[in-house]
Order: sequence, then structure tokens, then C-alpha cells
Amino acid sequence: MVLSATDRELIAVIQDGLPLVAHPYAAIGAQLGLSEAAVIKRLEMLQSAGLIKRMGVVVKHRALGYRANAMVVWDIPDAEVERIGALLADEVCVTLCYQRPRRLPAWPYNLFCMIHGRERDSVLRRLEQIVSCHGLEKIPHTVLFSGRGFKQRGARYVETGNISGHLQRLHG
Amino acid sequence: MANECLTSLRSGNVSVLDTPAPLTALEKCLLNEYQRGFPLSSAPYADIARQLDVNETEVINTLGSLQDRGYISRVGPVFAPQQAGSSTLAAMAVPVKQLETIAAFVSRFDEVNHNYEREHDFNLWFVVTAPDQARVEQVLDEIESGTGIAVLNLPLERAFYIDLGFPLWC
Repeated sequence: MVLSATDRELIAVIQDGLPLVAHPYAAIGAQLGLSEAAVIKRLEMLQSAGLIKRMGVVVKHRALGYRANAMVVWDIPDAEVERIGALLADEVCVTLCYQRPRRLPAWPYNLFCMIHGRERDSVLRRLEQIVSCHGLEKIPHTVLFSGRGFKQRGARYVETGNISGHLQRLHG
Repeated sequence: MANECLTSLRSGNVSVLDTPAPLTALEKCLLNEYQRGFPLSSAPYADIARQLDVNETEVINTLGSLQDRGYISRVGPVFAPQQAGSSTLAAMAVPVKQLETIAAFVSRFDEVNHNYEREHDFNLWFVVTAPDQARVEQVLDEIESGTGIAVLNLPLERAFYIDLGFPLWC
């Protein structure tokens, strides 16, 4: 979709979250010179266009105690990536499922999924269930648990003050 | 539309939502039930309050408290990953003794927004996001030449999963 200047301003204002006030969309509209109804309508559009995946509470897993975060990487025959990617994506507790290029010989894996849980055992048990449930025993895969976090900052969609160029290049 | 979360928690059915962090029943319900489908209405917090049979102020204050305690980063939109070309996932196999130094070097780039250790030969993983692909590649090159360690560039080719949040019973 082609984003208007208004969309970009709206994204810049809401990317850090909605204000915790009784009428948050009206408050955002007041900042931008838009009505509450216009803000809601633009957000509905951004959501149905898929630019906004979801609206809601953005949980910080680690802070809540879900410390075992396993990136499971799979080396799937190219012809089967689509089928197996869709299967994995349907699993509860799998939070991301992406195809990425192999980099041979160092890196043979082409599908990445993320499994979250409280501790390693529960994550590994979940992985075992997924493997046996879908008959993936012959697909080479490995588990990379996360260690220290060195830097974490939410990816910003647009930088305030530099709203125009960025999204135009992305979506224009 | 009533949400049964709070009534079932209050009636003692806590097992499925037994969380590692100490949380009240209302907090658990807000965390678990509202990661998506947040109302696009004039008074969304009042709508949630009605669904859970509490009042609007409780909902607003509880969300504020969850945010203050660092359990949620915000209430709002989660954007789809940016198009390939403007961001990538990268990995390096760093000698263990140098990991902290190299990680600090990588983190100094503004374009790096996540930078993590993972338990593997490829032990340093980071996401590079920039306005265009040329800048992404420039950052990877600078990291490679600055550290003398090869960087795997693993851009997104296809996303199978639309992130709908994360149930608390995982």
C-alpha cells in the first residue's frame, strides 16, 4: 500500500504506544490535527493492509520470567519449505517462523522459528512434540538457546523528524 | 462480549496461567487476552473493563503499572517486519574470550537494534535495520573489517507467521 504523509505521521506518533487515557485515539488525533474517527479509520486500514500485524499489549517475555528462548533452525529441502513452514507457524508457542537463505558451507539452515518457554526443558519437550507430531525426524535441525542480551531496542518504523524518506523507500 | 478470563481465575482455576512473575489475576488476563484485538473504539480501556467486569480506571492503572514494572513495553501496534533490503539478521562466530568486546563494537552501530548471544559456534546474532539495503550492507562490511570476523547475512525471504502474541502457558 502507498502510505500518505498522514499515515507516516500517525505511525511516528503511535509506534511508542497508545497513551493510557480514556480516549487514546482522540488524544493522538489532537496531536496530528485529525478527528478520533479518522485516526481509528487509518489504523483499521494499516491493519487490514498488514502493515500493523496486531494491536495490543506488547509483552516483554524475559522480564515476565520466560527466559528460555530457543531459535530452532532447520535444513529443509527447498520443495518442502512452504509446507513445513506453514506447519511450524501453526504451532502454539512458536512465535516467529521465517525462511532465510543458506550460507554454505558454514550455514546450511533455511528455516528459522522461535520457541518461547520458561525453561529449557519445557522448550525442548515442545520441540520434541512438534518433531514427532509432524514426522520431521529426518529434517536436520539444531537449537540455539539465547544467552546474554547485549542490546535491545524496538525497531523503529520511522524516526521522528525523518519520517518521509524511510517509509517511501520501504513501501512507496 | 464478556471475557471469562477473570472469572475463571477468581474461581480458582489458576493452573493454566501460573506465571513465573508475581501477577494479579487482572494483570494475567490483560497480558494473556489482549496481545491482539485491542479495541479500535472511542474508549478502548472502558471496553476492556466491561469485558472483564472491572472498571476503566483499574484497567488503565494496571496497564500503567505493568509498563512501569517493565513487563510490557507498550500498548499499541506491532508492525510487520520491514521489507527485505532494509533489515537483516546477521551472525558471527566469535572467539568466546572476545565476545563482550566484539558485541560492544557491534552494539555501537545505531543501525543495530537487537544484539544477542546464542549458544552455538555462531554465538553473536544481531539485527541491522537501515533506510536502504546499501546502508545495511555498509554496516555489515564495517563490522567485518573492524573485527576481522566474517558476518553471515541472513535476510528474511519469507515470513510464515503472523505474530499474534504469546500465550502465557508456553
